Amino acid sequence: MKDERLKVLSNRPLTSGDSPVWEMVLSGVTEPMRPGQFVQIALPGRFLRRPISVCDLQEDPQSPGTFRLTIVYKIVGKGTADLTGYQPDDELSVLTGLGNGYDLSDSGDDPLLLGGGVGTPPMYFLAKELIKEGKNVRVILGFNRMDEVFYEKEFRHLGAEVTVTTVDGSYGEKGFVTDALPGGISSYYACGPEPMLKAVHKKIAAPGQLSFESRMGCGFGACMGCTMKTAGGYKRICKEGPVLRKEEILWEN
Amino acid sequence: MGKLSVDLCGIRLDNPVIPASGTFGFGYEFAELYDINCLGTFSFKGTTLEERYGNPLPRIAETSSGMLNAVGLQNPGVDKVIAEELPKLFQVFHKPVMANVSGFSIDGYVEVVRRLEAVKQIGWLEINISCPNVHGGGMSFGTDPKAAASVVEAVRKVTAKPLIIKLSPNVTDIVSIAKACEDKGADGISLINTLLGMRIDLKTKKPILANTTGGLSGPAIFPVALRMVYQVARAVKIPVIGMGGVSTAEDVIEMMMAGASAVEVGAANLVDPLACPKIIEDLPRVMERYRIDRLEDIIGAVE
Ligand SMILES: Cc1cc2nc3c(=O)[nH]c(=O)nc-3n(C[C@H](O)[C@H](O)[C@H](O)COP(=O)(O)OP(=O)(O)OC[C@H]3O[C@@H](n4cnc5c(N)ncnc54)[C@H](O)[C@@H]3O)c2cc1C
Ligand SMILES: Cc1cc2nc3c(=O)[nH]c(=O)nc-3n(C[C@H](O)[C@H](O)[C@H](O)COP(=O)(O)O)c2cc1C
Ligand code: FES
Repeated sequence: MKDERLKVLSNRPLTSGDSPVWEMVLSGVTEPMRPGQFVQIALPGRFLRRPISVCDLQEDPQSPGTFRLTIVYKIVGKGTADLTGYQPDDELSVLTGLGNGYDLSDSGDDPLLLGGGVGTPPMYFLAKELIKEGKNVRVILGFNRMDEVFYEKEFRHLGAEVTVTTVDGSYGEKGFVTDALPGGISSYYACGPEPMLKAVHKKIAAPGQLSFESRMGCGFGACMGCTMKTAGGYKRICKEGPVLRKEEILWEN
Repeated sequence: MGKLSVDLCGIRLDNPVIPASGTFGFGYEFAELYDINCLGTFSFKGTTLEERYGNPLPRIAETSSGMLNAVGLQNPGVDKVIAEELPKLFQVFHKPVMANVSGFSIDGYVEVVRRLEAVKQIGWLEINISCPNVHGGGMSFGTDPKAAASVVEAVRKVTAKPLIIKLSPNVTDIVSIAKACEDKGADGISLINTLLGMRIDLKTKKPILANTTGGLSGPAIFPVALRMVYQVARAVKIPVIGMGGVSTAEDVIEMMMAGASAVEVGAANLVDPLACPKIIEDLPRVMERYRIDRLEDIIGAVE
């Protein structure tokens, strides 16, 4: 864990509508993070920090330990609305290196990545790392409507095979991510709203890792504010999570 | 002896800053970030006889200048605390530590204290009497002077360590409860625990916390805490530890002027994990500004 001030490089909307999604790029000293890990962002005037997943992380070749961090966030309340006001050169206090992240070691050769809504951002970093390892990465991105779709092109640029689903059928395949499942997958990784995770958990037989959300007091294991019951005992979403293996999940919290 | 040093029930602290129970785990998460031996001491997570999962999620809600929590005393139970957590704690913290004890019956408190009594590195026992009394109709031990006194009397018999009783602010007359504890042999009083509160999600019309209500902490409660510390410190002869919304060196000094011999810092640790070392570093500068030579001189100095 590191607590540093990061500088905003860019901050722009990716979608429009009632709850638009924005992308912010920050730069500064962070922990070297893995896909599936998250950061906690402090906002002046808001007491608690906001947990946001790492969407991308690139080390600055000129200065080791300095990273370019990309986050993608949806405006759902006051804190995420505050974030849209940040301009290049503004600074944010960010705790980095939080959570366990995905385990890439047993992905097999044909991993399937499933992202629903703002569960999509961590899948970008994961796809990038798996592709670096030479895996045949397929991605399914699920949204409600066409005007909510983001990052499709970005995933294709990485070299992933991308399917987009929309619930109303206005773009890509009509339905949920679970309506577009391909065969021949070696493992899966999922992040999205809980109903999606439940459906994925039920429908896919391959080994899986799923990422969870919880309201957090600290984000680094100190307050017990986020503990879930799992088959492997009590786990803090912020510390032993947010990623759980499918066999650990009890769905009773 | 440094100018930040204070005495707490016969044990010297290098400074009066003490992370509060439930906001500092067993210390080692913070030890990743800084050397926690800079602290006066710290109060570890509330420990009960049996393991507890606590309340369902969500357990946390934000408020203006604060937060609600309904963690529900999640802890591994006293035996696992002694066998697993404390050895890890002692690797990173080398000063006497404060044990925080919770219970749902007098026997529960007594049994936890009895087991912790054998642990040498525990300097003080902080007894949290805010929990509901399962044998007494569910009312908190801390809301009735008689019930509070009965806890103190019972645990006093099984410990020679300094006994600090942590009071709930959810009462009409906190002074009478503090005095009842002093009469039965408490060595100190700490206050305040969280104030009962609630938030509702406007979209779903449901309480944000699964438990419906939770405890309010953070800067929002500082003036309430300060008032109670002031009232209790004037009424008892034993030392008082002040807490509730402390997040700066100025807050520490204000609490001490109101009568606190030492100060605990809770929620501030969660949002700024470096809150305590920053306060300790700031104290000498702030003392200089207000012409304070030794912190001990200002305890109860309010006029
Ligand atoms: C590990 C993790 C990773 C996340 N990654 C992303 C991401 O990459 N992109 C993204 O858009 N969102 C992400 N979220 C959800 C994001 O944290 C919330 O949308 C955000 O905190 C809402 O803040 P607000 O002030 O706008 O909402 P408000 O409702 O005003 O917030 C009030 C309080 O509730 C908390 N809260 C509200 N909704 C959530 C939620 N869904 N999860 C956790 N806390 C919540 C806030 O943090 C704040 O403390 C993630 C959540 C977690 C736990
Ligand atoms: C997440 C959380 C967990 C807590 N757990 C305990 C506990 O186990 N035992 C206890 O005596 N107090 C507990 N408290 C209360 C704090 O120790 C402290 O009395 C209170 O939060 C007021 O201080 P603050 O405003 O600085 O946080 C907890 C507080 C928080 C925020
Ligand atoms: S949010 Fe504090 S322990 Fe997870």
